[in-house]
Amino acid sequence: MIHHLFLPLIVPLFGAGVATIISRRQLWVRVIALAATLFNLGYGIWLLVTIATAGRQVTQAAGWVAPFGITLMADGLSAIMLALTALLTLVTIMFSFVTIEARQERFYYYPLLLLLMFGCSGAFLTGDLFNLYVWFEILLVASFGLITLGGSRAQLEGGLKYVVLNLFGSLCFLVGAGLVYGVAGTLNMAHLAERLNTVQQPSLVTAVAGFFLVAFGSKAALAPLFFWLPASYHTPSIAVTALFGGLLSKVGIYALYRVFGTVFQRELTWLAPLILLVAGVTMVVGVIGAMAQVNVRRILAFHIVSQVGYMAMGLGLAGTVGLAAGILFMAHNIVVKTALFLIGGAAEHLTGTGELKQMGGMARREPALAVLWLLASFALVGIPPLSGFFGKLGLIQAGVAREQWLIVGVAAGVSLFTLFSMLKIWNEVFWKKAYSDMSHLPRAGVGLLAPAAVLVLVSIAMGLGAAPALEYSTMAAEQALDTVGLVRDVCGADGCDAVELAVAR
Amino acid sequence: MNLILSLVIGTLFAGGIYLVLRRSVVKLILGLVLLSHGAHLLIFLMGDRLVKARTPFVSAETGVAPADSADPLIQALILTAIVISLGLLTFVMALAYRTDQAVGSDDLNAMTTTDEL
Repeated sequence: MIHHLFLPLIVPLFGAGVATIISRRQLWVRVIALAATLFNLGYGIWLLVTIATAGRQVTQAAGWVAPFGITLMADGLSAIMLALTALLTLVTIMFSFVTIEARQERFYYYPLLLLLMFGCSGAFLTGDLFNLYVWFEILLVASFGLITLGGSRAQLEGGLKYVVLNLFGSLCFLVGAGLVYGVAGTLNMAHLAERLNTVQQPSLVTAVAGFFLVAFGSKAALAPLFFWLPASYHTPSIAVTALFGGLLSKVGIYALYRVFGTVFQRELTWLAPLILLVAGVTMVVGVIGAMAQVNVRRILAFHIVSQVGYMAMGLGLAGTVGLAAGILFMAHNIVVKTALFLIGGAAEHLTGTGELKQMGGMARREPALAVLWLLASFALVGIPPLSGFFGKLGLIQAGVAREQWLIVGVAAGVSLFTLFSMLKIWNEVFWKKAYSDMSHLPRAGVGLLAPAAVLVLVSIAMGLGAAPALEYSTMAAEQALDTVGLVRDVCGADGCDAVELAVAR
Repeated sequence: MNLILSLVIGTLFAGGIYLVLRRSVVKLILGLVLLSHGAHLLIFLMGDRLVKARTPFVSAETGVAPADSADPLIQALILTAIVISLGLLTFVMALAYRTDQAVGSDDLNAMTTTDEL
């Protein structure tokens, strides 16, 4: 009997394997990809409900006792991320049915998507620092394959920068993990949370925390380590950009929340001012970078950077309220960002170009697409009934409570510039008259509109159900910061050191 | 032994960072190779103790590891890390080769088309 936490890992891995073997049968590959993703989505939703009632779920790989083997654990934050990963992969697969070239599909496009979901799910479920490194590498390898699939010059150039800078971040992670083992003698997160408070050389722990900040900061695209993102995210096919834009940088943020929330809790209070500074710079630089761009996907790529700053702000406010707002904002942003990429990408797919100057007239030609864009972009900016408002409101309230006026001002001001960029795309792509003859262009079918419509509906639901959503994210933040409960759930009531001593005796 | 290894790791990191900052893609890859070797050796150094010719086994009679046994976990960690970096660096080499074909140069300054407005 296997524990249920292994299922969201086994199913996509098995699906990817089978889909690779029968890669010539296009229909079957699609069915397998869809089935595996639907399973993970269903499991993610089930996990969300289970954790709300039964608390943290923990299991040990191969039955090894806690600090010795690899721990798998899921709390509210893991469950939110797991469910959203499956949702994004699902809409990406739906969008890929109508937009991906058959040539790319033959080169294992769907297996790579499943492997990406596999890697992300593993990263969200692991309770071991070195194991987290391994999951990061799995999802990176899958993303390397997806970003260069097609092999155009732009993809190879962007892909090279993406690969090299991410490898550098991974090396920082590896060095940090090695140093943690040297300092604390364990890599299990619960055991680390227990030991790092009583460690002999606290200054060394602070230095190690710096390594993790650089490693996850570069993966999350925080300033000044974000340059790989706008250089590469607009080059692959639209579906891949949408998935990466929604998901990948947030895996870095998740790792920051997880590692600094539990393992380096004491260092977080020291590093909080630095994280807030980085968050503010990231917001401003990202949004200013977007203003200079004249291509739909490149504008949106810079906005990923800007919004990652808000999530880092949630961490930098170093408390349950800030982290809860950060988690809510992250959940909203994952959904809305992908929706924007899918809508802008659909317009790009229809027009044949993403350059603002050559686009236009979409509001008259595709009114459904225009309405979706308006809703999603207002959600991104943070107009009240939509989901973005409540995430930003929570962050700003937490900032005011902490009397961090500067970051509050920056967070509020950056929203205005976000509105500017969204209106720029609205004006150029949808509102203005088309200069060229549009009548020969294809029309948007259900297959092109449905994926974005699903995400916009989720965003509206998150906005209308803001009270339960905030409640859940507060619970997730409490669980993420609750090291005592973590140690109890993973190692038992006496703690991990007691288990280790008992075995050594 | 610890001092020698520390010096080796420091040299590998210094050389790796120098090479990564060069403009040539080939030197960039060599720099990544050096950096990953440095990281692997660093993990090696982080074990409980560095001892020669000791097995990391638990004694069958007493069920207790001898006091001077080697640390088995670092070896597992390094093995994992080496395998991962082997695969990733192979991918980078293939990618660099294809990029060189597409761009017609291995100068990183020639690869700016995705950043230009």
